[in-house]
Amino acid sequence: MAQLESIKVTTDEIKHLISNRAVEGETMLLNMGPQHPATHGVLRMLVELDGETVINCIPDIGFLHTGIEKNMEAKTYMKAEVMTDRLDYLNTVGNNLAYVLAVEKLVELDVPERAQVIRVIMTELQRIASHLVWMGTAAMDLAAMTVFLYSFREREDILNILEMVSGQRMMTTYFRPGGVWRDVPEEFEKAVRDFIDIMPARLDEYESLLTENPIFIDRTKGIGVIPKNKALGWGLTGPIARGSGIDYDIRKAHPYTGYENYDFDVPVQKAGDVYARYQVRVEEMRQSLRIIDQALKAFPKGPFRSNNRKFVPPPRAELGTSMEAVIHHFKLWTEGFDAPKGSVYFPVESPRGELGIFLEGDGGPKPYRVHWRTPSFSNLQVLSWLAKGHYVADLIAIIGSIDFVLGDTDR
Amino acid sequence: MNETLAFILEWVIKGAVLIAILLTGFAYTTYFERRFLARIQIRVGPNRAGPFGLLQPVADGIKLIFKEEVEPAEAYRFAFLLAPVMTMVPAVVIMAVIPWGDKVVMFGREIALAVTDLNVGVLYLLSIASISVYGIVLAGWSSNNKYAMMGGIRSTAQMISYELALGLSFVPPILLAGSLSMSEIIQGQQSSAWYIVYAPLAAIVCFIALLAEVNRAPFDMVEAEQELVAGYVTEYSGMKFALFFMGEYIKMAAVSAIFATMFLGGFDGPGVDTYAWLGPIYLFLKIFGLLGLMIWIRATLPRLRYDRLMAFGWKVLIPIALLNVFITAALIVGLGI
Repeated sequence: MAQLESIKVTTDEIKHLISNRAVEGETMLLNMGPQHPATHGVLRMLVELDGETVINCIPDIGFLHTGIEKNMEAKTYMKAEVMTDRLDYLNTVGNNLAYVLAVEKLVELDVPERAQVIRVIMTELQRIASHLVWMGTAAMDLAAMTVFLYSFREREDILNILEMVSGQRMMTTYFRPGGVWRDVPEEFEKAVRDFIDIMPARLDEYESLLTENPIFIDRTKGIGVIPKNKALGWGLTGPIARGSGIDYDIRKAHPYTGYENYDFDVPVQKAGDVYARYQVRVEEMRQSLRIIDQALKAFPKGPFRSNNRKFVPPPRAELGTSMEAVIHHFKLWTEGFDAPKGSVYFPVESPRGELGIFLEGDGGPKPYRVHWRTPSFSNLQVLSWLAKGHYVADLIAIIGSIDFVLGDTDR
Repeated sequence: MNETLAFILEWVIKGAVLIAILLTGFAYTTYFERRFLARIQIRVGPNRAGPFGLLQPVADGIKLIFKEEVEPAEAYRFAFLLAPVMTMVPAVVIMAVIPWGDKVVMFGREIALAVTDLNVGVLYLLSIASISVYGIVLAGWSSNNKYAMMGGIRSTAQMISYELALGLSFVPPILLAGSLSMSEIIQGQQSSAWYIVYAPLAAIVCFIALLAEVNRAPFDMVEAEQELVAGYVTEYSGMKFALFFMGEYIKMAAVSAIFATMFLGGFDGPGVDTYAWLGPIYLFLKIFGLLGLMIWIRATLPRLRYDRLMAFGWKVLIPIALLNVFITAALIVGLGI
């Protein structure tokens, strides 16, 4: 008990964060989280309330800090990739993509056509899966619980495809520098085709529960409005920025891994409220389906990873016949490959916004410095002013609409 | 003397039977809710304990009895213990005035299938129904927990916004029957038609207000999980929590019975005149259907914001209910229904 007393935080110590009225005891200070049903992980918020009106909201992050950046610096380029899955656990494939693209840029490695198409299909599937989790949880925050279970049904289909391809449902580590780990199995194309055939009807089903539901509109329209200039000023990216009228999508603005070959629209809404962000994400799912459809139609045959033996391990079959293959294999799995001196930054469009990785090589087999620019971290910054003046129930809706992942925020 | 004794005995037996039915029936209301909700949400629901999971409520009950009772150190103990009782008791006694059937002859006596036929039954319903909100407020305040307190405050805000509309929505049936007694309201419906035909607007207002009364979705702000963790029950555990739970589910059945009685003819149904025992079965089926509707609504709709419920109650429900009272009164005078 005495110990508890000693770590008690008095209002005096945090008075620079809260209003004078809280210090005087007129308003209530409420600890939301880190264990709270609606904080989507372990976000803690210190909320100052006047009745049910939020006066101040102070997000407190760091409960899921895993030291991924530093951990990656202690591993070879090949092994460090496994860490990236753990970053944004709803967008594992996308994290892999950012990392392998950065490594490929650093060591100047070419990727075969087929691998690029596989990467696009997998990334877009993951984007849909991530948006489905967002849709389910954001609707659940407003107590529309059925949407959650419906959207997880389709997410299950996507996870099954991920498992079919990589052997893992979430932590796939499927993309490797120079291509992908192995070729997709035969039944892959049919599974994806089945999924994109059924998905539009399912999206209509979710929309029938939410889009025109008067209670849902009442809870989301005009709530948490982010004006365009503020969105720009706070460096928002992704659906949250596109909901505020910023037409910026890295897949269009700075195409990578062949996105320039696909025909798709970037949905933009002007209102900037929770409902606008909802509309943007729903439309993005439809656009992702379009991309996957085009990718499936133009699914080229050929090698699924680069033949550059200095960076890409040889096929298993060669190990029995070729001495050179054994040497390459041994070198890659013990030392890894050396990357030249220099630094790269590679941004990709994750379901949450601009996911960028900064890699600095020092000529050795391990990165000298890794830094992630994660969308959840940047987008979460708006919460403290966005919540002001809203009710507690709206605060929950706003948190849901920002769609952050704490693993991505804390790193 | 003998007659008086038999009379008292009859009351006691009827009361005991009703309480027994409610206390076991509530458990199966939770089972019904979980299974039905699961069907809507493409899940299976509880199916492990017993055939079709029918023993699940029993297992839940045993678990709750053996749970440790945790009390917050700084809770106000008296009110903390009183609150579950104040939620539970009104839920049980409210059923006393609901008739479950016409008179039947048993053991040589003519027995009315109702615990009591109060001549101001509707007033009794309204007054008992509003007592249970004290339980919620007390629970919220005495737990000494901020989330619980917000739940308690919400429940008061909620009550003042639906209670008036609820009272007004009972007026058309009363006018039509010309009585405040539940059995006469049912007789009135037997002789003409169910009052949902005459007063559909009042029925809708009444159903919405009753949903708010039992804190069911979309009006479950009091225990809004995503906002207030568990609202007023946050600090409760074990049997004290179970009592709140029981109160809530019994009240669900009770308000379904009230709605059925006021607007759906109560125990009325084909053949009930000749076979009086069909009465309780019809009433049960109506309650079952209304419970299903409540669960369906819970599965479909998001939650309202609590200030929106107040606006909805004051600006929409009350004017509609008031207007409906005038329309009904005018119809009665004009057409002589």
